[in-house]
Amino acid sequence: MSVQTPNGFELDTSGKRVVVDPVTRIEGHMRCEVNLDENNVIRNAVSTGTMWRGLEVILRGRDPRDAWAFTERICGVCTGTHALTSVRAVEDALGIQIPENANSIRNIMQLTLQAHDHLVHFYHLHALDWVDVVSALKADPKATSALAQSISDWPLSSPGYFRDVQNRIKRFVESGQLGPFTNGYWGNPAYKLPPEANLMAVTHYLEALDFQKEIVKIHTIYGGKNPHPNWLVGGVPCAINVHEAGAVGAVNMERLNLVSSIIDRTIEFIDKVYLPDLMAIASFYKDWTYGGGLSSQSVLSYGDIPDRANDSSAENQMLPRGAIINGNLAEIHDVDLRDPEQIQEFVTHSWFSYEDESRGLHPWDGVTNPNFVLGPNTKGSKTRIQEIDENAKYSWIKAPRWRGHAMEVGPLARWVIGYAQGNPEFKEPVEKVLTDLQLPVEALFSTLGRTAARGLEGSWAAHKMRYFQDKLMASLKAGDSNTANVDKWDPKTWPKQAKGVGTTEAPRGALGHWVVIEDGKIQNYQAVVPTTWNGSPRDPAGNIGAFEAALMNTPVAKAEEPLEILRTLHSFDPCLACSTHVMSPDGDELTRVKVR
Amino acid sequence: MSAPNVLILGIGNILWADEGFGVRVVEEIARRYRFAPNVRLLDGGTQGIYLVDQVRWAEVLMVFDAIDYGLEPGTMKLVEGEAVPRFMGAKKMSLHQTGFQEVLALADLMGDYPSHLLLIGVQPVELEDFGGSLRPQVRDRIETAIAEARRYLERFGVEWVPSDGESGAFGEEMPHPSLRLADYESGRPGPDVACRIGDPRVLAMRGAG
Repeated sequence: MSVQTPNGFELDTSGKRVVVDPVTRIEGHMRCEVNLDENNVIRNAVSTGTMWRGLEVILRGRDPRDAWAFTERICGVCTGTHALTSVRAVEDALGIQIPENANSIRNIMQLTLQAHDHLVHFYHLHALDWVDVVSALKADPKATSALAQSISDWPLSSPGYFRDVQNRIKRFVESGQLGPFTNGYWGNPAYKLPPEANLMAVTHYLEALDFQKEIVKIHTIYGGKNPHPNWLVGGVPCAINVHEAGAVGAVNMERLNLVSSIIDRTIEFIDKVYLPDLMAIASFYKDWTYGGGLSSQSVLSYGDIPDRANDSSAENQMLPRGAIINGNLAEIHDVDLRDPEQIQEFVTHSWFSYEDESRGLHPWDGVTNPNFVLGPNTKGSKTRIQEIDENAKYSWIKAPRWRGHAMEVGPLARWVIGYAQGNPEFKEPVEKVLTDLQLPVEALFSTLGRTAARGLEGSWAAHKMRYFQDKLMASLKAGDSNTANVDKWDPKTWPKQAKGVGTTEAPRGALGHWVVIEDGKIQNYQAVVPTTWNGSPRDPAGNIGAFEAALMNTPVAKAEEPLEILRTLHSFDPCLACSTHVMSPDGDELTRVKVR
Repeated sequence: MSAPNVLILGIGNILWADEGFGVRVVEEIARRYRFAPNVRLLDGGTQGIYLVDQVRWAEVLMVFDAIDYGLEPGTMKLVEGEAVPRFMGAKKMSLHQTGFQEVLALADLMGDYPSHLLLIGVQPVELEDFGGSLRPQVRDRIETAIAEARRYLERFGVEWVPSDGESGAFGEEMPHPSLRLADYESGRPGPDVACRIGDPRVLAMRGAG
């Protein structure tokens, strides 16, 4: 028996159930269950957030100027982007304007995160869903060299170089050491690359690992420290002194030049290694068109990277703001995070209770009352669920909706909106990829499209780092070295009550923090994170969320090796790094895999 | 022979009660001591890939962490050398061990594995308390952990110079002042204003009375 969802998916739960269950405690724990039909095609998908978390639990009563430091700790991956969102929310509440230089530096910090996160995601968290390491050991280094030189003029491409790397990987794999290459589904028929492409990609996996440490030095320079950089309500905490005569620890010309050189090298690495690899890998998977989910119908972006400081208009955001619904790319709706009718969170299928669960609540009015109950069709026990009952409450994630629509957020959402707007910065690269691969525009709406959008955005971000670094240098040369506005630092200058919202486009999607301040202290604090949007459970109308939608109708080559499920979930860059267990219907552990 | 690069690393999430043990140990070391430039103290949080480069730099690596050894809560245990990655990959409860095991493997793959490796772990009492702090039995281990670290690092000529208190006491890579143990604990919202219960196991226990 099948059920049609309002957002157009046909769910059929009659087939075999397979459970993919991460167990970790990093933000956004997730478990996923699917039903496979007799041909091993996914006909129902259930995404469960397995961890309860509410920021108000740690922040109520604390100083709003410190909130960023706490939010930086909720996630092990995107520390800085939570911090930036938090300082923006507090500034919005208190009406604090920031200097232009602070805006430029914040944008460089955020773009650095985008470029770094996208690169690391592609090579270290996602590539092995497409690249078979064991096959790379069979490659001919000479042919690998020819392949590499045919797609890029990146200098590290000689046969001897690839032979050395191949020997290094061989020794590592043969030593049986635990590590990134353990637990792979090597040899699975879903892998399509020839050995030479596999060797090229694994080689660049190592190069990217070595190079990524350079990119994050920018965080250390402008944020004072890493991996938990410093932020400041009212600006940025780094003083700048180009004449070397100012405060100790101020950023000087030598540091500024280092940032500039890192930006150049980041652009070069992404454009000469990451993008050519992405295109080469994609060319072998052109017929794997699955995983589009909501991307062709409902996408959302809050916009980010404001060109000028203190201008929150959509036109000023270099990453586009907007919502597309019902697949109508001709109409882009404006998004207002203050409007109580637009973003609402529902809990009919979440382990929370509202007085009236048929309605959603805007985050400023958000309540977090846990209510852990399981549906009658649950298999297992409360403490060890074998099979969830998705007709009842089934997730610790609330279901955020935009005007009632389930939305996909993230790089693909941003690029679909930019493309639909006709903005040449987004439209032209997308069209070039499609032309080069000889694919129709529909191909964009897929797992591979999501992975490609992330790559294009990595390059976009690196080039925009250059734009803001140049802008900062021009401002400094003109004599403006102001980086912070502390006029309203003292809580005595604040209103008795204030509320604000801060947003960013985190690498993995739209991120919002809503804060209510009373008598100088935090009275309420709610965050809706990207993985809440993408990993959301169903809503009262029965709409499925982005993860669930993206898994639908995907064939799985081997049920006990759900490579295709991981491929699609990983393409969202879900905010978790964890080991997972794949459980068979009778609860026995089948295979241990890594989901990141 | 020049002094080896020594990394003293605390890992874990301070927001999850005893999960914060590793970070709290290095925070305390940073408060009380200063070191020569060949010794780095780092609050690694729950970082993964970022730590690879730090580990590659180190010839001597000391890690503090909350580990599920399956022992009495609050028990401290030292693991040395080759056993460390295997130990951190032990099935049991994963914490972020799998992540750090991979960090070690990636450093190895890049040809820069530390020559000396010591893990000082403590068996957590409580993890399922978001926004909570170290439990007394675990907090009591901070002193012992520091003493063990001193003993181990003696052979590498590491000097622990007492710090003059607050001035410059916190290294650059330590938690922001608002997150320091005392402020973190005293500023915690009470259970009446912020519900602390949520984990399904906790809720199930509450349901069972």
